[in-house]
Amino acid sequence: FKAATLIQRWYRRYVARLEMRRQCTWSIFQSIEYAGQQDQIKVRWNESGLPLALLSSPWAAKPRCSKGDFLDRMFTEERFHQDAEMEKYSDYESIEVPDSYTGPHLSFPLLPDHATALVEAFRLKQQLHARYVLNLLHETRKHLAQLPNINRLSTCYSEEITVCGDLHGQLDDLIFIFYKTHGKKILRTLQDVFCWLPLATLVDEKVLILHGGVSNRTDLELLAKLNRHKIVSTLRYKMRKENEKQAEEKRKANQTSSAQAPTPWFLPQSRSLPSSPFHLRSDKAHKTSRSSSIPCGAPLERKESSWQVQHSVGLELERCQQQAAFPVILEKEEPLLLTSKADDVAGERPEPTREEWKQVVDILWSDPMTQEGCKANTVRGGGCYFGPDVTEQLLQKYNLQLLIRSHECKPEGYEFCHNRKVLTIFSASNYYEVGSNRGAYVKLGPSLSPHIVQYQANKATHMLTMRQRQDISMNDFRKKKLQISRVEESALRALREKLFAHSSDLLDEFKKHDADKTGLITLNDWAAAVESVLHLGLPWRMLWSQLVNTSMDNALEYRSWLEDLAKEQLSHENIQSSLLETLYRNRSNLETIFRIIDSDHSGFISLDEFRQTWKLFSSHMNIDITDDCICDLARSIDFNKDGHIDINEFLEAFRLVEQSCSEGQASDCPQSTNANDSDCNSSGAP
Amino acid sequence: LALAEFHKKIKEAFEVFDHESNNTVDVREIGTIIRSLGCCPSEGELHDLLAEVEEEEPTGYIRYEKFLPVMTKVLQERRYRPIPEDVLLRAFEVLDSAKHGFLTKEELVKYMTEEGEPFSQEEMEEMLSAAIDPESNSINYKEYITMMVIDEN
Repeated sequence: FKAATLIQRWYRRYVARLEMRRQCTWSIFQSIEYAGQQDQIKVRWNESGLPLALLSSPWAAKPRCSKGDFLDRMFTEERFHQDAEMEKYSDYESIEVPDSYTGPHLSFPLLPDHATALVEAFRLKQQLHARYVLNLLHETRKHLAQLPNINRLSTCYSEEITVCGDLHGQLDDLIFIFYKTHGKKILRTLQDVFCWLPLATLVDEKVLILHGGVSNRTDLELLAKLNRHKIVSTLRYKMRKENEKQAEEKRKANQTSSAQAPTPWFLPQSRSLPSSPFHLRSDKAHKTSRSSSIPCGAPLERKESSWQVQHSVGLELERCQQQAAFPVILEKEEPLLLTSKADDVAGERPEPTREEWKQVVDILWSDPMTQEGCKANTVRGGGCYFGPDVTEQLLQKYNLQLLIRSHECKPEGYEFCHNRKVLTIFSASNYYEVGSNRGAYVKLGPSLSPHIVQYQANKATHMLTMRQRQDISMNDFRKKKLQISRVEESALRALREKLFAHSSDLLDEFKKHDADKTGLITLNDWAAAVESVLHLGLPWRMLWSQLVNTSMDNALEYRSWLEDLAKEQLSHENIQSSLLETLYRNRSNLETIFRIIDSDHSGFISLDEFRQTWKLFSSHMNIDITDDCICDLARSIDFNKDGHIDINEFLEAFRLVEQSCSEGQASDCPQSTNANDSDCNSSGAP
Repeated sequence: LALAEFHKKIKEAFEVFDHESNNTVDVREIGTIIRSLGCCPSEGELHDLLAEVEEEEPTGYIRYEKFLPVMTKVLQERRYRPIPEDVLLRAFEVLDSAKHGFLTKEELVKYMTEEGEPFSQEEMEEMLSAAIDPESNSINYKEYITMMVIDEN
């Protein structure tokens, strides 16, 4: 029947186009995420000139694709470097629990009943006191530290084992809750817990579970015998001598490196450095040979080396302050903390060998590919891409039947590959955006056949406004469509931000394609230009219609397009919301931020100080803020209207932002201006 | 050069599904790629195309080198043009023999799963979930078409 065929034909095309959009959106998020990781490294190298590698941890919260990133890193670094004494951080006993506390009380060893009660308490939305959080983390770390590198589990004890993938929990939220007193401690301890997670787990000697993947040289025996302290200790704060010593070694290594053939996980031409996968900078990276194309080879200036005593953040801050014409107040140098723990004192513990280090990086960073072979993982900057033959080789060598790993977000929460010998499991649903993907976990019973459970967090619906909630009650297909368009919108917004951030480079490129100075650029040239500036590898021609608003079929007035981009980014609400968003993301260091702004240490922030600080921030975010915007923002925070902002008002502004964001009700900010409102509306992620 | 433009378009669409960056895509994605390049082939036409781009010994993957020339010709010859809205409307009207202005759920299911190039169960469910008005259990096809068309743009 011709009519039926026609309809079917048309419908299938419609579905295909939806699928294409979905895939494009996914590509956008992924490419921005990975590019963001590399950007951070580039930034740190170029700007600070210090040999610090800062790849985000495979476990770190997802890099946010926005201008706040740089500051994010800046403040995050500061958290870790300020205190090297582990003891101090796991000291929970001194924390008092007030009588008024109604949440669960923990005692150790933790019995199954307690654990159940704890989960129940969370379900009832009770909060756990900082003391218990620290206690829990401390005990966890103790437990993990005495586990072997390769943990062995058996289904005959527990009958069923559940394997979880990346969760990417929001550490910021955790810290925010405790920020004033215990936040730093908790984060530091949590970091340590991650360091002690086993490198791999074997179930029934048949199923291997690890984080990233394997390479053609993965040696489980070596990993099993590895001294974990060696790896872990490289994360701890090093003393100045060690820094300088390693910087020196690195310079020497640089000179001898050119002769060596690149190994699978080392990339001579990559901007990203093979480095510690752990969140802290790794001085380890200096030991590895590196090509001179990486812009860290410049000799350290004398001034900078004196700052090496402090962390790079201090240096960066100073430079920023100078840029913003801030009077620079030399902070009292943080005293070098010599820890009592033997493994914290640099130089006393032997460093991991290069081989050992590579083994660990491979386990943590590698990704599977469909091609055979094993090649360097250019996207991550560490680890490798491993093919089905590598998997087969490994499984045979150790008599295994399945490899379970995480590390990569998958739309369905899981994905099999390599003839179903490799299972990727990802447990953070809505990772990029509400509706972007499902999460999943695996259950393994004695038969060791994986049983997968998928889910998608629905608490996102709390975040939606009334109108959106109505839409959600529609049927599934419509829901899917809505989700695609919402996720797509979010991706496009992130992309436009990125484009805006590179406005001047884009203009230069466009001009190159416009020799006749017509002011116009064709679709093809536009696509080529954008790719050459952003390097995201995205299907620009397909995205043209969504990124570009032009009456002409194939040409664009590029100047006005760039201006429109700017207008969108710089719109009043947008500025305020993105500034607030940045502050909000760094709220875990509010005290620090406040101190930074309060340059004369008066306990109050004057309008002037506020303005200067925003200039500082905005120069890093590549936006120009008008004085008006800043004044408005300041006024909206100055609750008692006395012309100054004191720390309480400052914190209150963020409590309100946080509260309204978590309740999804824009109207809940009594004193907020449109700034807070638009912030709530724009932060779509749970 | 129009040819160069075609090539670039095709390459882009192909690369979206080339997850390993090795110039191959899963054969199951070819339909999506071809359709998103502006074509609207029937399933039969799609199969014919596939036969042209597949390897002698089908591997489950399609290589770009084989895909490009075939797809270029398709675009140059403007084959498998998309269906205009009015033609689509008439198709529905043909099925609506009683000229009610709507089709019942049963009618739609019958036509879509028994006639032409039948829908799979999944496809049918998907279409129903968007098209059917739950109260009347029927589809007002004129409204449906309008909604879908707006949605695309």
